Amino acid sequence: MSSEYAIIGGGVVGLSIAHGLLGMGKRVAVYDEGDNAFRASRGNFGLIWVQSKGLNEPAYAKWTKRSAVAWQNYADELSEGSGLDLSLHQDGGLDYHMSEETLASTAASYENLKQNLGGAYPFEILDHKALKKAEPGIGPNVAGAILHHEDGHVNPLRLLQALAMEVRRLGGVIRTNTHVGNIEAAEGGYKLTLEGAKQAFAERVVLSAGLGAMDLGPKLGFKAPIRPQRGQVMITEKLPPLMNRPASKFRQVNEGGVQIGASQEEVGLDDRETLAITAGLARHAIDVFPALSKAKLVRSWSALRIMSPDGLPIYQQSISNPGAYLVTCHSGITLSATHSRFLPLWLEGHADTPDLTPFSEERFDVPAA
Amino acid sequence: MFQRLDDPSADDVSFTFDGQQLQARQGENLAAALIAAGVVSTRSTPVSGAPRGPFCMMGACYDCVVEINGETVQACMTAVTDGLQVQRVTGGVDD
Amino acid sequence: MTEVDLIILGAGPAGMTAARTAAEGGATVLLIDEQTSPGGQIYRSIQNVSDQRAAILGPDYGQGRPLAEALDHSNISVDYAATVWRVDEDGSVVYSIGGQARQAKGRHLIVATGALERPTPVPGWTLPGVMTAGAAQILLKSSGIVPERAVLAGAGPLLYLIACQLITAGFPPALLVETQTRGNFFKALKYLPGALRAWPYINKGREMLRQISEAGVPRYTGAKDIVIAGDGCVAGIAFTVAGRRYDIACETVLLHSGVVPNTQITRSLRLDHDWDDRQLCFYPRTDDWGVTSNPVVSVAGDGAGIGGATAANLGGKLAALGALKALGKIDATARDAKAVPLRAALSRETAIRPFLDTLYRPADDLRKPADDVVICRCEEVVAGDIRRYAKLGCTGPNQAKAFGRSGMGPCQGRYCGLTVTEILAEANGLPPSDVGYYHIRSPLKPVSLGELASLADDNNHEE
Repeated sequence: MSSEYAIIGGGVVGLSIAHGLLGMGKRVAVYDEGDNAFRASRGNFGLIWVQSKGLNEPAYAKWTKRSAVAWQNYADELSEGSGLDLSLHQDGGLDYHMSEETLASTAASYENLKQNLGGAYPFEILDHKALKKAEPGIGPNVAGAILHHEDGHVNPLRLLQALAMEVRRLGGVIRTNTHVGNIEAAEGGYKLTLEGAKQAFAERVVLSAGLGAMDLGPKLGFKAPIRPQRGQVMITEKLPPLMNRPASKFRQVNEGGVQIGASQEEVGLDDRETLAITAGLARHAIDVFPALSKAKLVRSWSALRIMSPDGLPIYQQSISNPGAYLVTCHSGITLSATHSRFLPLWLEGHADTPDLTPFSEERFDVPAA
Repeated sequence: MFQRLDDPSADDVSFTFDGQQLQARQGENLAAALIAAGVVSTRSTPVSGAPRGPFCMMGACYDCVVEINGETVQACMTAVTDGLQVQRVTGGVDD
Repeated sequence: MTEVDLIILGAGPAGMTAARTAAEGGATVLLIDEQTSPGGQIYRSIQNVSDQRAAILGPDYGQGRPLAEALDHSNISVDYAATVWRVDEDGSVVYSIGGQARQAKGRHLIVATGALERPTPVPGWTLPGVMTAGAAQILLKSSGIVPERAVLAGAGPLLYLIACQLITAGFPPALLVETQTRGNFFKALKYLPGALRAWPYINKGREMLRQISEAGVPRYTGAKDIVIAGDGCVAGIAFTVAGRRYDIACETVLLHSGVVPNTQITRSLRLDHDWDDRQLCFYPRTDDWGVTSNPVVSVAGDGAGIGGATAANLGGKLAALGALKALGKIDATARDAKAVPLRAALSRETAIRPFLDTLYRPADDLRKPADDVVICRCEEVVAGDIRRYAKLGCTGPNQAKAFGRSGMGPCQGRYCGLTVTEILAEANGLPPSDVGYYHIRSPLKPVSLGELASLADDNNHEE
């Protein structure tokens, strides 16, 4: 098995990149583990979220905005090819606040970022009264919300399915149930050691294996300073329409259930759901939407996000192994459009490559004393 | 359809299903009462609107869910009381 | 938070006998069951049935009565109408009574939640008027309601039992549509000598078939291509026997193709499970005392492997003895001595299983139906969707769930899990043991957000 690009990791990040590379006419093979791998893509919330990103790093805010703008066209292309409706809605998103203090301080940080972006950051502060008009279902204790007009949501399961179909239809090879045990430089590229001592070859390697990068990254000369961070999510039975817009912690999915989440826990490789967290999430949900008190919770799950030390993505070409690239982020859904549209330009060293130097691993160097 | 083995004239409470008044025994299983009263379909599915009725009678399949007091409950895990008001579930729960 | 030595989930034969045995051994026991009275499914409503109904149900049903009466012991407390929705690895349990959350912790836990009927996905199985054979039996036991002219379809001794109960009640089924073939019978013959150790069961089976024949209820065996049809509810059932197509008008179809262990709790605890190729299901891996891969959790009864009520009774006693030893209430020598007659009896009880499992092995098209048949009732996913996901690289049911939502509904895979596993196994050329099963998590049954929120720590109001 030989390809121009081997993408290690077939979750939303890997498949988005594969999709973009195939669109550029590259020969792509994706290597993916099986049903029992951690699969961070399972833990996503389905948000295409601009607000709250890059408050301390405008380059990240810009990268996120770029993805949000590209999403409609990207979704249309995936829909047309796969026949699936991705239920994309980009009508703005809300960040609910239970206190005036947090509402004000968050708004101040957004205002600060807006200055750094030359004003291109369309958000509004909604007080309780204005919010109640926009979201009649909110409860009396909600102080207000920040509405950001570039936020939205999509059906992430349809996105994954559409990507899987499109990558195949465009000629990509996807090897599932295939753990990559080792990657080493070989003539003209890289040799991958697969399960059952099988081998594969590729000119270039993109490591988008989520937590798998902790093991494979150093083999290619990456620091890969990532760690797992658990997020617990829950979803209710299908309900009549309750929410007009998605929010950072709530969204009513197109099939009707209300999704609630997520936690941010540092618990290592533990992907269990817990009573304490799910009960806390339920309590908060009822504070914001009192009608949810009678709604039945049907499922809860949890997944391990991939977190870098500052929470921003890592896009790094290996210095010791040029032709090997590390891609990791925790906003795989939001960035899916840009991972398909613009990241491949960077992989190819294209003239229009985005400037991803703010996301290199070098930023994690500890300055010499 | 279904027959009661015991004396049918002994029905002693009434309840409503979607506004229609039906007879039952005090404390009897709601799903059984609906079946005995000749109600075949107790809900429509949220996905396609297909009609469904009780299937497992042991609280496992969730096909017999109905709405009581704004909450979805399994009819086969609910007892009939006099005056109980039961609604069909079509899609989501109506508040 | 209630704290006891032993928590037992499920008041069927295994749970009831485990409770009494453990209580007599000095352990404090909390028995939790979601029905309003003891008995599980096989002895459902045992304390509430009229004599008339008990007579219809037969003498075996009556065996449940002393087990329920034995729950009256000072060391046993029972919570009824209690729906368990979370079990933790340390033996703590969260359950719901009347919409209120309760918590309990045991030093040891016995899961005795029994079995479910195997999903029987034939075309039209979701129509109102189609129920499991067990459902009809529950309607009879709990409410004294019987179907007129039901058609019973599938395979397995429970079909005959229910047919006989309906006949005794005065409402014989219209006919029996049975899928086992002569091929099944010949394959099962090699197990018959071993099965003869359980000759009372063989006799019972013959007696039931005699009663069905005398009542003039037709039996069609070797049936294939079962289709249930109707507009809005069941109008009839069609099937093929020996090349001839039959079409029978009816309003009620009772499906049954065997029972399988209910593994929701054991899966949620991430215990080890194995695939049984003869019974075509997963079961939790247990030692001789029912202890799972978690030393404080045991399984007893049909949930540990299908064996029937008497085997469950014996298994419950063995699990309780194991728990008493773990709790330090009995030493190994005493425990082993008490177990000897139980094990001998259990061996006799389970002797018939290989024969029955082989004879009534559910047909392939009942487990891996045609593309257009709904296999996930909650989300209305069809078999063809699962096969399509296999082509898209789904090697396991959790990816299939992510693609197509199968298993995401309120029944949480109880009626589609095995079907999805088997379809993926066939599509991927893998054994079911490699394919695995849905990841099951709390809440084990839907619970209101209000009830869940009531357990929130007051210190963690908002993260």
